[in-house]
Parts: sequence; structure tokens; C-alpha cells
Amino acid sequence: MFGNLTWHAIPFDQPIPLAAGAFVVLAIFGVLIWVWAKGYIPYLWREWITSVDHKHIGIMYCVLALVMLLRGFIDALMMRSQQALAFHAAGYLPPEHYDQIFSAHGTIMIFFVAMPFVIGLMNFAVPLQLGVRDVAFPTLNSVGFWLTAVGALLVNLSLVVGEFARTGWLPYPPLSELAYSPGVGVDYYLWGIQISGIGTLMTGINLVTTILKMRAPGMSYMRMPVFCWTSLASNLLIVAAFPVLTATLAMLLLDRYLGFHFFTNTAGGNAMMFMNLIWAWGHPEVYILVLPAFGVFSEVVATFSGKPLFGYRSMVIATMAICILSFTVWLHHFFTMGAGADVNAIFGIASMLIAIPTGVKIYNWLFTMYGGRVRFSSPMLWAIGFMVTFVIGGMTGVLLASPPADFVLHNSLFLVAHFHNVIIGGVIFGAFAGYTFWFPKAFGFTLDERLGKAAFWCWFVGFYVTFVPLYVVGLEGMTRRMQHYDRPEWHPWLLVSGLGALIILCGIALQVAQLAISIRSRERRRDLTGDPWDGRSLEWATPSPPPEFNFAVLPNVTHDETYWSVKQSAREQMRLVLPEPHYEAIEMPRNSPVGFVTAFFAAVTGFSLIWHIWWLVVLGLICAYITFVVFAWRDVAEFEIPAEEVARIDRANRQVRADALRELAL
Amino acid sequence: MSGEHEFDAGSNVGEDRLPGAESAAEERTLGQEVRGYALGLALAVGLTAASFWVRGTDLVYGPGLALALLVLAVAQMGIHLIFFLHITTAPDNENNILALAFGVLIVCLIVFGSLWVMEHLNHNMVPMQELMQMQR
Amino acid sequence: MSTEALRAPPDSSHLGHHAAAPPLVTGHGAGGPAPKRIVVGYGFWIFLLSDVIMFSAFFAAYAVLFKNTAGGPTAEQLFDLRNTAAETACLLASTFTCAMASLAVGERNQKWTQLSLLATGVLGVTFITLEIREFASLISRGAGPSRSAFLSSFFTLVGCHGVHVTAGLLWLGTMMAQFYAKGFRRDIRHRFLCFSLFWHALDIIWVGIFSLVYLVGTLPRELLP
Repeated sequence: MFGNLTWHAIPFDQPIPLAAGAFVVLAIFGVLIWVWAKGYIPYLWREWITSVDHKHIGIMYCVLALVMLLRGFIDALMMRSQQALAFHAAGYLPPEHYDQIFSAHGTIMIFFVAMPFVIGLMNFAVPLQLGVRDVAFPTLNSVGFWLTAVGALLVNLSLVVGEFARTGWLPYPPLSELAYSPGVGVDYYLWGIQISGIGTLMTGINLVTTILKMRAPGMSYMRMPVFCWTSLASNLLIVAAFPVLTATLAMLLLDRYLGFHFFTNTAGGNAMMFMNLIWAWGHPEVYILVLPAFGVFSEVVATFSGKPLFGYRSMVIATMAICILSFTVWLHHFFTMGAGADVNAIFGIASMLIAIPTGVKIYNWLFTMYGGRVRFSSPMLWAIGFMVTFVIGGMTGVLLASPPADFVLHNSLFLVAHFHNVIIGGVIFGAFAGYTFWFPKAFGFTLDERLGKAAFWCWFVGFYVTFVPLYVVGLEGMTRRMQHYDRPEWHPWLLVSGLGALIILCGIALQVAQLAISIRSRERRRDLTGDPWDGRSLEWATPSPPPEFNFAVLPNVTHDETYWSVKQSAREQMRLVLPEPHYEAIEMPRNSPVGFVTAFFAAVTGFSLIWHIWWLVVLGLICAYITFVVFAWRDVAEFEIPAEEVARIDRANRQVRADALRELAL
Repeated sequence: MSGEHEFDAGSNVGEDRLPGAESAAEERTLGQEVRGYALGLALAVGLTAASFWVRGTDLVYGPGLALALLVLAVAQMGIHLIFFLHITTAPDNENNILALAFGVLIVCLIVFGSLWVMEHLNHNMVPMQELMQMQR
Repeated sequence: MSTEALRAPPDSSHLGHHAAAPPLVTGHGAGGPAPKRIVVGYGFWIFLLSDVIMFSAFFAAYAVLFKNTAGGPTAEQLFDLRNTAAETACLLASTFTCAMASLAVGERNQKWTQLSLLATGVLGVTFITLEIREFASLISRGAGPSRSAFLSSFFTLVGCHGVHVTAGLLWLGTMMAQFYAKGFRRDIRHRFLCFSLFWHALDIIWVGIFSLVYLVGTLPRELLP
């Protein structure tokens, strides 16, 4: 009746997961009950759960990312503390448990923190920067978000019901085959990633179409903000790479469920092919993560230097070059698997070449700052921190790109330090820069600057204290993912590294405090002008937060840095406000529960596949199909905001803005 | 709702719609459309028949047979793209062609890249028999 | 740029923008957001490309594992090319009938729409039937997907295509029902545009499959690349 699911799935005999799971379950129930008691459910349903507004969906992606950051970071703390303690000792985490922790840490951080964070930022900012009302397919956007959330749900559910994979964040066969991982752990991973992968693919299709086919009149390609170019490149990579991930994980699933022989040790299977295909996805994936971060930095550096971005054209060319080149380097993840010197050399050279366009970008950012009046607000601190940190990480990457060096350093903690260097220094710093930069636009009030800067310094210092020792022990020969070790020379470094993780913890605590305190004092820090940073692109032309239709009238774009040039000419002409436009009715897409409901059935189907509850799988699929058909049968897809209503909203916003500007001018 | 200027699904009949194209001059009749599709079908059938035929006879030099079949396949894919998926050189089709070129590049990298890499890996791999023996 | 050039497109995306001049070249920014049909068509085109890339991963696996027959039967021994020819004929004909259906939709002719869609469906079902019979026959001969890596990759590649065709048939049925129940409303025509792109793309993938898996794959060993 319930497949393989029994009461034994709940870890009654393992105190740590049991306690953690119980805490999380209670916390979730507590929040739900509070929300219900306060009567927020209709509001949440109407404004957020069924929303197809790119701004709301973008915010929800970022919320998912931040919550998952806490979970992934707790895993990190556990790993660092285990390694700090486990010198000639067993530590406090048994191997079976430790293996699940490092696997969950990587899986969650890549798939449910970094990806949702950058996708959330792109979702929020790109339509505003392009001067349009929403993405190309708003309802698809909602479906994509909820499917991603279901993936996160399944992976986290494994803590309470069953177990997680022990195979690392990429489940290499033969270990991940049924013969060596007979439990449900790998299945939780596979179905969670497959479901969220479909959601990510939807985002890719949506944003590529939006950027190429939906821009404000007059916004030619060369007038788009650089963040839109990097979003385009990132989403093209999503569209090109995620199908490979889907196919490869499907092959592993077929091996596990139906006895196929893609990667098995017997009947002709070839485990090496898994590594080949998964990294053909895996390398573009890291560029999917870092390109939007580069875009954020382009916006932030230009804004806070008070200058246009240096070398716009070379930025665009570098971005598209990275997009193409990222598909030509994947073998550097398995130099040691034995492809031979010729193949290794070619991929090694390609890996070094890809550093060049990134170098171009760094120079462009530096030259943007040079000669500008740099303001060291917290987004700019994240940007400068990124430039230092990412360059170091990039250099260790070029070092690893040399096959002879990699033969010594592959799968050591040097490698671990390298990729954390570039992902934290690049993606996470970029995500936090974007978060701080666009928070006022999203919510209508700024974040506390002092706490933001303190958080930055904790992250920055904490990062180096955590990972520089890991470079050292990597060079001294320590392999990754060790549950215990007995080399005395490694021990002090790992202790320092553990301390570093606590410094980062302070940073995270400060960010939580920043959010809570800023919300409490939000009336004091209202952003009334819509433009708290003296921005340069179109999103700053809207009120904070923007009305649901973004722009009452789509702007006519006549220059690069449209908004900046409008502001400059307004300043020159000493006019605070531009004349009122001619208002017309606006049609907006209707909200829809189809995303949430489809995702619900996806969760049911995924869970039943994991536990082999076949009748429920069939039922889940049928219900998902019915949901589609019911949705396709709706007659009214849009609703109209009458011109008078548009006028009323816009006039009120313009009034607030004019008053605020007048006050500032005085 | 703008009923009159609506664009038809997949058809070039009537007042459809390549934006930017002059409407009257490039309008195609139903007859022309059907003939277009019939021509596409005929070409596709021809190429399919050629593939099966070439496979069955020894008109093509043996070692070149695989390549000939590949070329015929690619040609037929092109016929489908042009006649059924309406890939044209019209200005609004530029993005479609660029995307297609990107997709073809990725497909080639994945297929030929994998073949090349796996060939080398397999070549250097200890044979399974020997490997199993080493395990004992 | 002159103000004339910047006049807005007809409001088919209902973006509340003024004026009614026809759009200029879409996607280059001159005329603003593209009309809905272009946007929908392009989005689906991008999806199709992603699907082709997924198939290419299965193709790559097939090509790599082709020789790993684990002492079991090979392609040359297993595949019946007459069956393949029949399947190809069905799919090719169905592509044509689908094109005819697009024309019927353009003409707003309910009878011919339903008839050509029905023909497409029947041909599609025939294709699937032939394929299922082939699979069943292979399995009964001990050449199922768990026999060897080669057979695993064959069943996955060709089976994935079959699953796509089956999903397409479900979609087709839904489209027939929607045209019948709601007529030729614009959003339903857009959906049908996506369906026809999907159906034609499936035939393109089949061209790859029958050429490489069946025709090249069954060549004698010495003639294989």
C-alpha cells in the first residue's frame, strides 16, 4: 500500500537528524499556525502563492534561497567542526551521517541557494530594466518557481523521512547505482533535482524570450543594461545545459529503477560516461551562476562610481564569449580519469583561455571606478570584495587548469578552496550585492547600512579565515570529504578554518538582524523617490515598490543608460518632474493557482517514486495532467486596469516622488 | 481586443503576419501554401527513400556509406526546418536562426565531444577482466 | 531615431501603450515588445532547442555504448528495417496532415481541422503501435533494456522519442477538444502553433533516429565509423 515506506524511515535512532527534523517540523507548523491565526492566508494566496508577477516571483525565489542558505550553512558548520575535532578521533558525526551532510551541503547550496538567488534577481530586475511589464510567460514563471520549491522540499524531507544520498553533490556511479546505494537517499536527490530542473528550464526559456523579444520601444541590443546581457547569456546556458543534466540523471534513474546498464559495472555499462555527461552540464552550470553576478557588479560599480560602465561593447563581447567557451572546458573536472595527455592538454588550454574574457571584465570594472566619485555603500563593498576574492579564486583555477598540477591537487581541499573561492567570492557576494542594491526597489525601504557593512566585513574576513587554511592543507595532501584524519600538520589549519566558519556565522547573524531591524524601522527609511542610489537604468524610474504594471506607459528609449540621461537633462533643465503621459487601459495577466497545484502533484509523484508507491505515482501524474487541462480550459487569461485607475495610481506615485525630490532639493 | 490584426497559427494565409513584411505583396493563397507543404513532403519522402535505398544497395562506396546516410539525414532535417517549421531569412526570423545555430553548436560539442573523450578514456582504461582480477 | 520610428506596435500584448502603427522589426527593439504570436512562437522554439539538446545527450550515450553488447545481440542482428520504414512513413505522413491542419485553422474551417488532426492522430497512434510491438518483440527475444548497455541506450533513446510522441498525442486530443468546444480563439491558435512546431520537431528527431540508429547502426561492423 505504501511501497517501501514504513515507520523505520523516521530516524528515531539517530539523535542529530531526529532533533533537527523535529525542530524544523515544529518551526514550520508554528509559522503556519501563526499565519493562519493572523488571517494572512487569503492575502498570501492572492498576492504571493498564485501571483504571476515577476517581482513577487523574484522575491519568493530569493526568500527560498536565503532560507536554504541557513540549512546549507548549518551543514557547513557541522562539516568544519567535525574536521576540526576529528584528528586521531572519531568526531561526533559517524561516517554514514557525515557523508549525507557533505552531499546535502553541496546539493542545497548549488541547486537551492545559488540558483534560486540569481534566478530571483534576474526575474525581479530584468523586466524593469528592459522597460516592460512582465516576462514573456508570467504563468510559466510561477510554475517554474513552485517546481523549484518542490525540489527543495523533497531534499529537505529526506532529513525527516528516510535518508539523503551519500554520494556527494554529484552522484557518481558505481557508488550511486542500486548495488552500492540501495537506500532511498540517491532517489531523493535524483527526483528533487529532476523536478526543480524542469522549473529551471522554464525560467531559461522565459528569460531568453523576454530579453530577445520584449523590450521597451527604442531599446536596441546595445542599449540594454549589461545585467540584461549577462542574464541573456546565463539563460541561454540554462536552455543548453539543463537538458543534459535531465538526460544524465534520467539514465541513472533508469539504471536504479528498471535495471538498465548505462553506468553499471556489468553488462557493458560505462561509469566514466556519467562523469563526462554530468560535467558537460556542470561546467556551464557554474557560469549560469556567475554571469548574473557579473551583471550585478556591472550595475553596482557604474552606479556607485557615478560613471557609465567602461567598455560596454567589450563587456558584451566578453559575456557572449564566456557563454560559448563555457561549453568547451568540461573535461578539466576529470583530468585524472585517464583521457590521456592530448585530450587533457586541449581542455587545459581551453580552460585557461576562458579566463581571458573574465579578465577583460575585471579591467572594465576597475576602469569604471578610476576617475569616478566612488561611494562605499554596502553594495559597492560587496563588489570590491568580489573583485579581490574572485581574482584570487580565478588564479587558483588557472593553476588547476594545468593537468600536471591538477593530478596532484584533484579532489584535494585545494580544489574545495578554489571553488568556494569563486562561488562565494563571485556568486554569493554578487547575490548579496544585488539583494542590498534592489531591496529598496522591491520593498519600498532601505536596509540598515551599518549592519550591512558589518555583515560584509564578517563574510569577507570569515571567508579568508575559513578557506586559506584549506588551500594550505590541500597543498599538503589532504583529500576532500574526510571524516577523520591523523596527520598532525593538518590539524591547526582545520582549527583555524573552523573558526572562520564561525566568523561567517556572525556575518549571517548580522544579515538576519539587519533584515529584522530594517523591517521594524521601515517607516524611517522609506524610499520615496524610487531612486535611493542615484541609479542609471530604468528600474530606478519606477516607484518603490513599482505598481503591478511596472510602467504606466512604456518608456521610449533614445539613449544608452536611458534613465540616467533623462535625469541629467531634467537636472539641466531644472525640472523635477516630466509632463504627465497619456494614460491608457492596461491588460495584465490573471493570477493562477496552476503553478502551486502542479507543483503539489509533482511533490506527491516525486515522493511516491522515491518510496515505490506506484499507485500514487500514477494518480499524481493523472492529477498533474488534469491540472494542465483545467488551466488550458480557462476563458479569461487577463484582466484590465482601466485608464482612470492607471492614472490615479501613477499620479499618486508621481506626487510622492515630486514631494520627495523637492525636499531633497531644498 | 484587436480582432482584425490577429496573427494566425502556423499559417501564412490571409493577412498573416511576418511583422515588418509588406502585407499585400507577400500574401500567399491557400493553394500556394498546400503546394509548399506538398513539395516539402515530396522532398522528405525522396530523401527518406534515398536513405533506405542507398543502405540496401552498394552504389555508395562501403566506408562512405555512414557519411552518406548522415548527409542525407541532415539534408532532410533542413527540408523539415524550411518547409514545415518555416525557417526563413526574414528579419524577424534572425533570432530563430541564431538560436538554431547555437543549438547545433551545442549538439555537436556534446555528441562529438563525448565520443572523442570517451574513446580516449576507454582506450586507456584497464580491461574489465584484468580489473576484476586486481580486485581479488 | 525619429519619433515616427518609435511609434508603438498594435497592442496585441495589451501593454497599454498608445498609438497603432504596425510593429517594425521585432526583437531589435525599435518597435517595442513583439506581438504575442511571435513571443509564443519564439519561446516554444527555444523549448524545442532544449529538447533537441536533451536528445543529443541520449544520442551521445547511444553512440558511446553502441559497441557494449555484453556478449548479447547487436543492432545488425535485431532491427527490422521494414518496420522502421513503416514507422517513418507514418510519421512523415502525419507531419503533412498536421501542416494541413494548420492551413485549416488558418481558414477557420472546423471540419477540415478536425479531420486533418484526426488523421495526424491515427498516424501517430499507428507509429506508437508499431514501436511498442517492436519493443515487445525485442524483450521477448531476451533483448530487453537490461540485457546490455547497448540495449539500454537504444530503448532509452527510441523510447524517449516514443514518450514524446505519446505526450504529443495527448496534446493533440486536447487541441481537438478545445477547437471543437471553443472555436478558433486566438490563444487556442497560439497553442496549436506550439503543437505543430512540436510535432514537426519530433519528425526531425525521428530522421536522426532512423538514419543513425537503424540505417547506420545495422551496417556490418567493417562499415561502421
